[in-house]
This record gives sequence, C-alpha cells and structure tokens, in this order.
Amino acid sequence: MEFFVAQILTGLANASSLFLVACGLSLIFGVTRIVNFAHGSLYMLGAYIGLTLMETLPGHVGFWGSILLAGIAVGLIGVVIEMLVLRPVYRAPELFQLVATFGVILVIQDLALMIWGPEDQLGPRAPGLRGVFRIMGEPIPKYDIVLLIITPIIALALWYMMARTRLGVLVRAATQDREMVGALGVNQAWLFTGVFALGSALAGLGGALQLPKGGADLLMDFTILTPVFVVVVIGGMGSLPGAYLAAIIISVLNVFGVTYIPQSTLVLMFLVMIVVLMIRPYGLFGREEVAGEHGQVGEPEEPIKPASRQTRLIVAAGLVLLALLPLIGSNFALVLSTDILIFCLFAASLHFLLGLGGMVSFGHAAYYGGGAYVAALLVTWTNTPMELAFLLAPFGAGLAAIIIGWVCLRLTGVYFAMLTLAFAQLLWSLVWQWQDVTGGDDGLVNIWPSDWLNNNTAFFYFALLFSVGGILVLRHVAHSPFGYALRAARDSQRQAEATGIDTQRVKLLAFTFAGFMGGLAGALFVFSKGSVFPNELEIVRSFDALIVVFLGGVKTLAGGVVGAAFFKGVEDILTRFEYWRLVMGLLIIFVVVVAPEGIVGSLRRAARRIGLGKEQPS
Amino acid sequence: MQRKTFLKAMIASAAVALTPVLASAQDPIIVGEINHYKRMAAFAGPYKQGIELALEQTNEAGGVMGRPLEFIFRDDQGEPGEAVKIAEELMTRDGAVMLTGTILSNVGLAISSFAGEKGYVYLASEPLADSLVWAAGNKYTFRLRSSTFMQAAMLAEAAAKTDAVRFATIAPNYAYGKDAVAAFKENLLKLKPEAEFVAEQWPALFKIDAGAEVQALERAKPDAIYNVTFGPDLAKFVRDGTDRGLFDGRDVYGLLSGEPEYLDPLGDEAPEGWTVTGFPWYDLTDGPDGEFVAAYQERFDDYPRLGSIVGYMTVQSIVAALEKAGSTETEAIREAFEDLAVDSAMGPITFRSIDNQSTMGAYVGTVALRDGKGVMVDWEYKDGANYLPSDEEVMKLRAAE
Repeated sequence: MEFFVAQILTGLANASSLFLVACGLSLIFGVTRIVNFAHGSLYMLGAYIGLTLMETLPGHVGFWGSILLAGIAVGLIGVVIEMLVLRPVYRAPELFQLVATFGVILVIQDLALMIWGPEDQLGPRAPGLRGVFRIMGEPIPKYDIVLLIITPIIALALWYMMARTRLGVLVRAATQDREMVGALGVNQAWLFTGVFALGSALAGLGGALQLPKGGADLLMDFTILTPVFVVVVIGGMGSLPGAYLAAIIISVLNVFGVTYIPQSTLVLMFLVMIVVLMIRPYGLFGREEVAGEHGQVGEPEEPIKPASRQTRLIVAAGLVLLALLPLIGSNFALVLSTDILIFCLFAASLHFLLGLGGMVSFGHAAYYGGGAYVAALLVTWTNTPMELAFLLAPFGAGLAAIIIGWVCLRLTGVYFAMLTLAFAQLLWSLVWQWQDVTGGDDGLVNIWPSDWLNNNTAFFYFALLFSVGGILVLRHVAHSPFGYALRAARDSQRQAEATGIDTQRVKLLAFTFAGFMGGLAGALFVFSKGSVFPNELEIVRSFDALIVVFLGGVKTLAGGVVGAAFFKGVEDILTRFEYWRLVMGLLIIFVVVVAPEGIVGSLRRAARRIGLGKEQPS
Repeated sequence: MQRKTFLKAMIASAAVALTPVLASAQDPIIVGEINHYKRMAAFAGPYKQGIELALEQTNEAGGVMGRPLEFIFRDDQGEPGEAVKIAEELMTRDGAVMLTGTILSNVGLAISSFAGEKGYVYLASEPLADSLVWAAGNKYTFRLRSSTFMQAAMLAEAAAKTDAVRFATIAPNYAYGKDAVAAFKENLLKLKPEAEFVAEQWPALFKIDAGAEVQALERAKPDAIYNVTFGPDLAKFVRDGTDRGLFDGRDVYGLLSGEPEYLDPLGDEAPEGWTVTGFPWYDLTDGPDGEFVAAYQERFDDYPRLGSIVGYMTVQSIVAALEKAGSTETEAIREAFEDLAVDSAMGPITFRSIDNQSTMGAYVGTVALRDGKGVMVDWEYKDGANYLPSDEEVMKLRAAE
C-alpha cells in the first residue's frame, strides 16, 4: 500500500513538466491550427535560460524568480518566432507551417550549442528542498511534493483565465471557429501572437521547473516531443483539462510500467494512445474538427494534367544526362546520385499520399524502414537471394500499410497523422527491442547485393531504373481513374460517396500503394548501404520526407521529387560546414516564407508572370 | 575549422588528381575521420583535439615515411547511411588511405560492414559494441577502445571480491545496455556462482523516469547495483537515488561512470563510493599517460577527457601501422595492423590478430569528492588483455569468418 502511494506520488510529480509543455502545445494548436514541432526546443530553451539565471540570481527569490523569468523570456522568443516565421504562412496549405517550425528546431539546436556549449548541465537544487519527506515511511523527494502542489495551481490559474477572462473567451471562441471570431472584429493576428506567446511561455516554464530533477542538455528537445504529442492527442487537441488528465495517466502508468514490466517503457504510451483513439477518435476531451477546416486553405489546387511536350523533353534530356553519369561523373557522384534517387522515390511515395490523397502521414518511415528491414531480415535469416528479397520487401511494407491504414483511416486530419506516428513508433520500438531477431540498435549488417550488382555503376543503374520507374508509376496512377477517385475523396468525401465511390476503400488502397512504394525505396536503400539500423524507422526519417514534400510543393505533381533532390543535394554540401544546421534551418524557413506554394509551385507562378507556360483560366 | 580542413582537402585532392603517379615526398598521407560532431558534440570535440595534438607532434617529428599525416574530419549527423556515403567519398575522391572514427556503435557497425565489403581498412576508435569485432567482425575492421565486454569484466572482477550476493542492474534499453548487462552477468557468475540477479531495470535511452526506477530497484532490496546509464540519464538516476537513499550501504558499480564526460556534469553530486571505469587524468603525472595530459593541457588550455586520449591513441596506432606497413596500400596497412604493437599513451597495446581488438585497458577506481568535484581515487590501470574471452570462445564468436 505504502509503495503504491509512493509510486502514484512519483507519477504525479513527473506529470508536472509534461502537462505544462503539453498544454502550451494544445493551446497553440487549438487557436492557430499549427502543429508546433518546435515546442520541444522552447522547452529546452526554458531549461537553459532558467539555468543561466539561477547561476546569477541568489537564494530562494532568485531560484523561483529564475523559473518565472525563464517562462517570460521563452514567451518573448515565441513572439519573435510567431511574427517572423509563422505569420507570413498562415494562409499556406494546411500543416505547411509545421515545416517552418522544423526549421526553427534546427536553428535553435545550433544556437543553443553556440551559447551554452556541448556539455550536459546538471540543474541546481531548489534551495532548502534537498532531501526527502517520509510519507507513510516511503521517501519522497521534497521537490516532488512542491511540484505536486504547484502544477494544480498553474492548471487552476489557466482554467480561470480560460473560463473567466475576456482573453479566455476569445481563445475558446477561436478554438471553435476562428473565421467567425475574425468576422466579429477581433484582431486575429494579435490573438494568434498572444496565444503562441502563452504556449511558449508554458513550455519554457516546464523546462525551467524540471531543472532540479534533471538538467539541460542538447537532446532534450526531441526527447520531450513524442510524449508531449501523445499527451495532447490523448487529451484531445486544444483541450486543457484533457492535457492535464492525459499527462497524469501517462506518467502514473509509466511508473507502474517501470516496476512491473521494466522493458515496456518504450511502447506503453503508444499503446495507450492507440487504445484511446480507437474508443474516442478525438481524444478524451477533444471535439470533432469543425467544418471551418473543410477543403483546403489557400489557393485552390489546379487540376493536374499530363506534362506538356516541353516539360517531357526537358525531363527526358535530364534522364539521358543522368544515365550518362557513369561516363562523365566521379565514383562519388554515382554514390550521391544513388542516395538522391532513392530519397526521391521515398518522397514521391509520401507525396502521393499527402498531395493526392490529402492524408498527412507523420509515420511514413514505417514503410521505408519496414521495406529495408523486410529485405534485411530475409537475407539474414533465410539466406534469401538478394533479387528475391528485393522484390518481397515492398510487399512486406505494403502489408504493414494495409493493416496500419485500416486502423488509422477511421480518423482524419491531425488525429490521423498522430495515429500513423504512433504506429511508426510501435514498429520502431519492436525493431529496437527485439534484439535477437532484428539486432536492435546494432542493426543488421552485411546485406550486400548480388555480385552482378555489387559495384557503384551497376547499382546506380539499378536504382535509376527502379526510382524513376516507381516515380513514373506513381505519376501514371495520379492520372488514372483511381487517381481521380482519390482526389475526389480528398476534396469532398460526401460528394464522392454520392457518386458511388467507396472513399474508405480508395483511401486504404492509396495508403497501401504509398506504403508499397516507400518499401521499394527502403529495399533500394538497404542494398546500397549494406546495413540497416532502427534510424530508418525513426520519426526523424518521416519528417525528412514530410519536409521535402512540403517544400517542393504539395499541390504540384513534381513537388516531392524536386524537393527531395534539391534538399538532399543541399544537405550534402552544407554538412561539410560547422554550423550547417543553422544554415539549413534558415534555408527551410526562407523557402517557407518566400515560396509558400513550395519550390515547384512558386517557380511555376514566376514562369507564368514572365509569360512562360499557360495561364490557368480562373 | 572544418571548413578550412575541407578546403585544404579539396586542394590536396585536386593536387593528387593532377599528379596521379608521382606522389612526391610533400604529399600528405590522408586519413578519413567520420564522426558525430554535432550530435555528440561533448564527446567528439575533445576526441578531435586529441587527434590534432597527436598530428601536430607527428608532423613536427617529420611525419610518416617522410610525408606529413593529415586527417579529413567529416560529420555524419549520427546516421549510419550518411556515414557510409561519406566513407565512399573519403576513399574514392579525397584519396584517404584508410578510415577511422565514430562513437556510436551503430554507425561504427555500418562503416565496418562497408569497409569489409569494399576492402578498406577501418580503425573503429570509440564504438564499444562487442559485435564489431566478434559476431559482425571482418578482417578489415580493427577496434582500439576497450570494449563493453572488457570494461564490464573489470567491474565484475571488483564485484566478485565483495560479499554482495543479490545484484540489481539498470541499463538503457538498447544494444549497448543489454550487452553490458549480459557481459557483467557472464563474468560475475564465472567468478561468483552464487550471485543472483534480483532486478533488471531497462529505462528508455535518455528518457529515464528516475523516481520510478529508483523505487523499483529499492523494492528488490539488492546488496549491490550495476549501473550502465550515462549522460542525462545518469545525472537524474544519481540525484533521485541519492535523495531516496538507494545507494546507502550498497555497493554500486558504474560502467563508464568515471569518465570525465559523464562524471564532471554531476559536480558535487558525484556518487561517492561507486566503483567505476573512467579516466583519472588529474592524477596522471608521469609515464606516457602523464606526458599526454601535460601536453594536452598546454596545447588547449583545457583538460583531457577520455575521448581525448582515445583520439591521441588513434593517431598513434595509425602512425605505427603505416610505419610498419611501409606503404599506403590497403592490404599492406591491414596486414600491418595484425599483431601491431603500439607504445601508446596508455602503455603498450597490441591489436590481436585473432579478432582485431586492441588490448587497450581502462582505469578502475572509486568515486570520491575533491574540491567539490567528482574524481576517481584508489584507481588502477587494468590491462585489457586480461579481460578478453579465451581464444576458443573468440573463434566461436567470429564464426562468420
């Protein structure tokens, strides 16, 4: 009994930071509809700024004052981010802003490294709170008790603000229908800025408040990101009580998980999330996404059409040039081009899902890495010849996509995205943990192609054939009746249903097909590198693809491929410099702000302005 | 810095390309170094300084075979796929004669597999995974640093000398953590068959829930605890464990916990009394390691970390191999590495031909507080050669060959 009480208290204390960061994210999403990936970075900044302040300000007042000031400082940083980076792109396609926030992550990572140095920093103790209280004989750190008391107070203050103040009324109104709030004369720009600042301040506060239990390090931005997203989704995006309850559920369950099933810590929270979303598709306290989000924000998409003769000629010339590369380029040029080709296919498969299907997947790496692992496992455990393993890999990935798609497609929008993320994480945990079969983090090595392919030139042609072939197939499908049905289901589910299209089936088929193509890219990857590790299933890999698709242009057929080629090439050059993440982050933000339609979309517009290409009848 | 090196390398490789046959005495010998300079900045930085110090000393003394030695440093972002691409570039475009580097085991394994397939020599400087030289070993991959198995065996030896019987373990939930626990168990049970393991905790890497882990360990009432957590996880574990009295009256063994990289961030909360492997540079005054420490402090106005001496020994090993080979041909270098004896900063070490593992050892000691900082006292340098499995077992482990 004593042990249980002690464990519950530990869980509640752990929920503190998680709640603060999560409710900030939830607020921001509720009002601005921005999925703020940089929220973990704001949390990290809160920790570092708090730490610096605590070193200068003495005593009790200094300690608690530092925490408060850290929150305020991060709130101000939030204002800067919102005004410089996000404000220009509110009218961009749905979820485009998340790419901008990803750029912010990279910038903050390098800035934090420059300012605070690479070494982990241990947080100072809260003055007078070293040691433990004995509660029913069990030792509980004093600071845990303080957290237990502070968190509900902050939660209550937030509740009061939301329920009883004018700001709260506006925030709630905007969460429900932001167009209406705008129509009633509320200055939306400042409301958004204010809410973003508040959410950021809460993240900063969470970062500073956890200092006495840990410290500050450069990895903490990504470490907190997944649990925070899980909490927000379980609670219901935009709901504060939901975030509070979910933070407690996750933290307490985690404490019991640690005791009774110590190996479970990686998967527990994702299982909880999947179960909750199965029963309540919009989280515990979330509302169904309202009609205001119907269709797509920004300019309507142009109907797709087959490439013009001019474009075909250019592409054909480019392909011929690529095919001649082994004659003119160096050995390394071949290796780099192979990498880029593979990544292009991966991005194109996500683009198909995202652009044509309107399904934003945050977990597309599951099929890319999944395909790579299917091939690697076949080779390692059954000595399957390379050619057969290569052919089976996309089918394995497609199979995974059918199962995951079948579950996820019950949801839409952000919840769908989060569920795909949860499944990708489950797959990753499985591979990471099942060391006897998958090699865990040590991966599977010595997965080389057959002798006839085992040189850079041959493999380059192999990758060229399958990548370009795959991309052409994806493009062809877009123009087929199936492609039309898919876009109909995306733009107006109701009307599509009325014309007799089984939209659920069409979407599931598209999901599976995209997974299949992702798996093909993964199979190419594993044989080009000779090894595969769980990295290929990680969230970061999913984001890589997501970012290039958005930056290339969601609403253009070539967006995925162009974005992938451009950014993979730039990355190869940039990583040779010391502060490449800073430059890469700024570049991403720059593209987002200057070219909200993506590279291809903006180029097309520019070309039309100077009289090239045909004007679209409006 | 990196940019300059890169530009220099570009010029150098352009020069090599222009005069492909006539390698004059002035052309540098290039070694490709791949590491996670951003992802693991706190570790890679001191490591790189160790390399730079050794390079300066080598080149002042006339270089290798009359030619200067040069490293090209490249960042792989901690991604195995990137590392393989860079490895190819270093070998085929930049004219590197061999590869070295990496801290993360998975990246090391990826380069090792690539090196084995393409026939490039790879000296894995820092990755710890046992499989690098055993299950996944190949004849082109050599490893310098004392592996997980060796360091765990040293701690198991210390643990076997006490009367502790009930052991609990806590290790991050991934390959390194699992290998470290398995090696500790294997070695401890060999020395002390009556030992029993009463709890095994597996926090997710860098996501430890310290309060819960401490409660779970306390509940098992062990006599001794074996810790494999490191970095931010270690800090949280130590703080919560100290607060809740977990370490009172218990022996604790900490793998790598004594390395300055992990011990220094703990400040005055360093866990006194833990038996750890690490690097007590503050007590090294004479001998080759003392000379290294003095030279390093003079050169960089900073103290060395474990990574620094590993970087330094990496260059020493490569220089020794090149001198022995008398050539920059891959096969010659590979053969030179087999049974290569190096007078390193940690004393004489040998690259065993049976599994390509060096016999570099580790310092084992007890954590104490000195001037508000954690240090190792009563430490002893343990020669790695005594903590490796028997030759028959190694042959079994390297079955793939």
